[in-house]
Amino acid sequence: MVAAPAFLANPERFMAFSRWAAPTFGVIAAVLALAGLYLGWTAPDDYQQGATVRIMFIHVPAAWMSLFVYFCLGVASLLALVFRHVLADAAAQAAAPLGAGFTFLALVTGSLWGRPMWGAWWVWDARLTSVLVLFLFYVAYIALRASIDDETKAGRAAAILALVGLVNLPIVHFSVDWWNTLHQGASVFRLGGPTLATVYLWPLLLMALAYMAAFGALWLVRIRGELWRRRAEAAALRSARA
Amino acid sequence: MSRLSSLLGRETALAWGRGGGPLVTLGFYAGVATLVPLAVGPESQRLAAVATGLAWVALALASLLSLERLFERDFEDGALDLIVLSPAPLELACAVKCLGQWIATGAPLALAAPVAAIGLGASPNLAPLVFACAVAGGLAFAFVGGIGAALSLGARRGGLLTAVIVLPLFTPPVIFGGGALSAFASGLPWQAGFALLAAYAAAAVALGPLAMAAACRNALS
Repeated sequence: MVAAPAFLANPERFMAFSRWAAPTFGVIAAVLALAGLYLGWTAPDDYQQGATVRIMFIHVPAAWMSLFVYFCLGVASLLALVFRHVLADAAAQAAAPLGAGFTFLALVTGSLWGRPMWGAWWVWDARLTSVLVLFLFYVAYIALRASIDDETKAGRAAAILALVGLVNLPIVHFSVDWWNTLHQGASVFRLGGPTLATVYLWPLLLMALAYMAAFGALWLVRIRGELWRRRAEAAALRSARA
Repeated sequence: MSRLSSLLGRETALAWGRGGGPLVTLGFYAGVATLVPLAVGPESQRLAAVATGLAWVALALASLLSLERLFERDFEDGALDLIVLSPAPLELACAVKCLGQWIATGAPLALAAPVAAIGLGASPNLAPLVFACAVAGGLAFAFVGGIGAALSLGARRGGLLTAVIVLPLFTPPVIFGGGALSAFASGLPWQAGFALLAAYAAAAVALGPLAMAAACRNALS
């Protein structure tokens, strides 16, 4: 785990690695997603939820990814802050919009799922609320990064914010849980019982892996693009000075 | 020590004396509390059900107002450079700035909060708890808000950006305080919510200055 970032910390090695790793991850993601979607499509309807249970294969992995990407963002920010490493900063910058996208996807599909299941587009359930707050964290990160002109300063300020958010997320999660149990009432949102049947488990796992691979591919592509952009800017500055 | 106490005096005097001081914040607070019945409707039953919650949210919003000038003015006129150069640790200086801010705006708001809650129709029994929550919550709002204010130094649209950064961080204290108040109002044990709010405030006072100092150093580098 430690060896991989150390090996990739060299930008040249990173570029050589990501040149083939990004498309490979992309192909893996496409294959897994096709298999997962096929299995999900052919799975039988749930006896309670009917066909809408298929939203789960899109929704649940997105919700998992929303947290995982924030964790990646936090680790990259820590590395960028401590070692002042350009690649870590680019990785944090590249991860934020992806994480916001996954979180948004989780919120939208959850809302579409909630309408037929709970009869409401939105309920102030503990999980929904903490995912919404997570989305606001992403928005704050992107907004802060975008509104400081000096890129180095913007990167470091955003990294500090990401770490503050990393400390705060568990507290937010706990507080929202506490708040929801305090406001007793409509909180019987247990989906399909405690255990998941195997016909649903396989497509869910495949889709989760597909999301993970897709994130890997997109993240690498975005980091590459960010590095190219910085190189181009540096080259433009050099030629302007000359 | 005398450096920090004179800094505290300066911060409090600036926050209290310039630009209307606490009057502006109190005026904003009163304005928000006045708009609520206009929007929700004047029936006292409906208002009483949401009174404490609204007084509490308005408090969180009002404590956003003064954040913009917490670091920005010192950053622009160079006073922040002097604070960074002084032998006193920057972390403590940031804590002192937030404390001064809280004395000038948070404490008057804490005094006004019970008045607003009762005016909206909350039971007068709630007044001591509203005050206590506003004191602890105000500290948390000031110190967490200070992080946002320090991070948005040198940014375009600093004030709005500070609000976007800070509002998600305000979720836990708003939940804990609101939970304690609504539990008290319905006769349930409220101590847990208040204890959690106080714990969050203590953590914000202890850890917030670290992030603030890092953000100030970054902005000045």
